[in-house]
Amino acid sequence: MSLLEVRDLSIAFGGLKAVDGLSFDVAEGEVFTLVGPNGAGKSTIFNMISRFYEPTEGKIFFDGEEITHLPAHKIAELGIARTFQNIELFDHSTVLSNLLMGRHVHRKTQVIQDLLFTRKARADERSHRRRVEEVITFLELEAHRDSLIAGLPYGVRKVVEIGRALAIGPKLLLLDEPASGLSVEETRDVAFWIEDMKREMGLTILMIEHDMGLVSAVSDRVLAVADGKFLAQGTASEVQSHPDVIEAYLGTGVNGEPELKKEEAGA
Amino acid sequence: MKVIFKKSYDRDIDLFKDRQTALRIGLLVLVLVLVPFFASDYFLAEATNTLIWSLAGLGLMVLVGHTGQVSLGHAAFLAIGAYTDAALMNAGWPWLLAFLTAGAVTGVFGAIIAIPAIRMSGIYLAIATMALAVLVEEAVILAEPITGGVAGVFAPDIAIFGISFGRYDSLPNFYWLCLAVVVIVTFGYANLLRSATGRSFLAVRDSEISARALGINVSRTKTLAFGLSCAITGLAGGLMGHFFSFFNYEAFTIIISINLLLAVTIGGLGHIQGAFAGAILITAVPQVLAIVRDGLSNIGVDLSGVPGLDTLVFSLILIGFIIYEPLGIYGRYLKIKAFWDLFPLSRRDMFRRQMTYLKTERMK
Ligand SMILES: Nc1ncnc2c1ncn2[C@@H]1O[C@H](COP(=O)(O)OP(=O)(O)OP(=O)(O)O)[C@@H](O)[C@H]1O
Ligand SMILES: [Mg+2]
Repeated sequence: MSLLEVRDLSIAFGGLKAVDGLSFDVAEGEVFTLVGPNGAGKSTIFNMISRFYEPTEGKIFFDGEEITHLPAHKIAELGIARTFQNIELFDHSTVLSNLLMGRHVHRKTQVIQDLLFTRKARADERSHRRRVEEVITFLELEAHRDSLIAGLPYGVRKVVEIGRALAIGPKLLLLDEPASGLSVEETRDVAFWIEDMKREMGLTILMIEHDMGLVSAVSDRVLAVADGKFLAQGTASEVQSHPDVIEAYLGTGVNGEPELKKEEAGA
Repeated sequence: MKVIFKKSYDRDIDLFKDRQTALRIGLLVLVLVLVPFFASDYFLAEATNTLIWSLAGLGLMVLVGHTGQVSLGHAAFLAIGAYTDAALMNAGWPWLLAFLTAGAVTGVFGAIIAIPAIRMSGIYLAIATMALAVLVEEAVILAEPITGGVAGVFAPDIAIFGISFGRYDSLPNFYWLCLAVVVIVTFGYANLLRSATGRSFLAVRDSEISARALGINVSRTKTLAFGLSCAITGLAGGLMGHFFSFFNYEAFTIIISINLLLAVTIGGLGHIQGAFAGAILITAVPQVLAIVRDGLSNIGVDLSGVPGLDTLVFSLILIGFIIYEPLGIYGRYLKIKAFWDLFPLSRRDMFRRQMTYLKTERMK
């Protein structure tokens, strides 16, 4: 059964059709990757699933339920977590509290209980912490637990963002360019983690990625888009050798593997 | 540098990070409790004023420091607290009931104000809240039956079980009362910060977009922050009314709003300690300046004839802080502490801000 169904999804910004009648299904337990040249509309698709953008047409179903018109803050509790292309962490907090913020949908206390810090609040804190420690162990973030985000290297921040999404305890994880700006070693770690998230945690992953090495290593299926439209779908090698895909990338200059834009590497 | 050896998650959940900190805070509260035994009436009144300002600062800190919403209208909430408390007591209510109701009424009012306000941020929010303060000032003058109009209103002396807590006839009692309120509110505030509610405030402050992706209802969180902030400020207003004994609309002008915002900013945004540091600065500096001026006149330099000199020096001190120490007094303290903790390994740019609170929202 497919966990996520996207049907004829379109969005226009003014005259620009950023996504144009796109449909795809993500099956439970698979790693599904979106590829495409810069500005193809990949992040825009994520923003529609996250409900930050209102689609002009089309529908999105998650777990059989339509989510096209839900408010953005209702998405996490359904079990959809995401990361951002340009890291969006809480910069003035520690890694630990960033991860704890990921537990928000699981909170069981009301404000009054928090203000008085009742036993229930303490029990709640302990259970969040236990879950977050599992994430810390999984992503090997022990050394950074009490560091402020603002002082961390870029690579670690990217991992913390994945960690925060995992802390939600999602069924579907949306990763927007998890390897952009990372070193070869860091990218290899990300590949292992994605494998483990799929195998051991049973997560379904929808990923946007430019690094074709990573895409081929972890993806079950790949969908290529350009100018918001469907180009090709299949295994990584099928998509990579598809004539339309090659042509779309030729248009942007680099064959198969577009260079990182400055803002991605730096942000 | 001190490394704390943690054996259970509770070490991070507990109110104080180690026994020394608990002892230090305990000692501080003890010293504050003992102040009336060795301070003059004049000093005790000043200390009481500082406590009340600290309480108001805590209220504003919830909103500005921890939720990232600027308010230039908090004098209005002080006023609502003060007038509600005084009016209810004049109607025969016992103090505690009037006081808590004043807090609750101000909180509800703040939450209602939040409904239009949460659509704004940064400078627009500051202007909108400032406009609100002006409106409330006018409303106070118009609502003469409750507020006494231009003439003002009398806040009766507080008495609990026949014991007077009057500001003039039993100042030590009134001081202790204010201290108790401040301690209780600070305790609640610290609890908030170590639990889910406080984290949701911080999340909204640092990245609304991420907050939403984590399932945080940003509008509701901001409304709650407004409500809590205004409730605490309302309580401060209630106490302030009693401190003044008699007051009218002039007690809660835009200057008070500005001073309060300055206090939390200079004290150190995002730290409970900052509210106290700022309140001490704002209430103590004018006093220190007065003492200096008197001292100078004793040695023959008479400055009493120069109008506005105190205000000028006071303003210069504030501007100096804003320019040279954007992290505030408490931020400066943390820097010095980190410097010595890490000595000689500290880095110059360790505290450099990477992004400001007023950054734009990116969605990519
Ligand atoms: N909020 C917005 N307002 C206007 N135009 C937008 C907005 N968001 C995205 N766009 C436009 O939509 C198009 C697709 O952008 P999108 O960010 O989805 O590309 P992408 O496939 O993620 O590219 P990249 O690989 O560079 O991340 C771009 O032309 C972009 O300028
Ligand atoms: Mg993108």
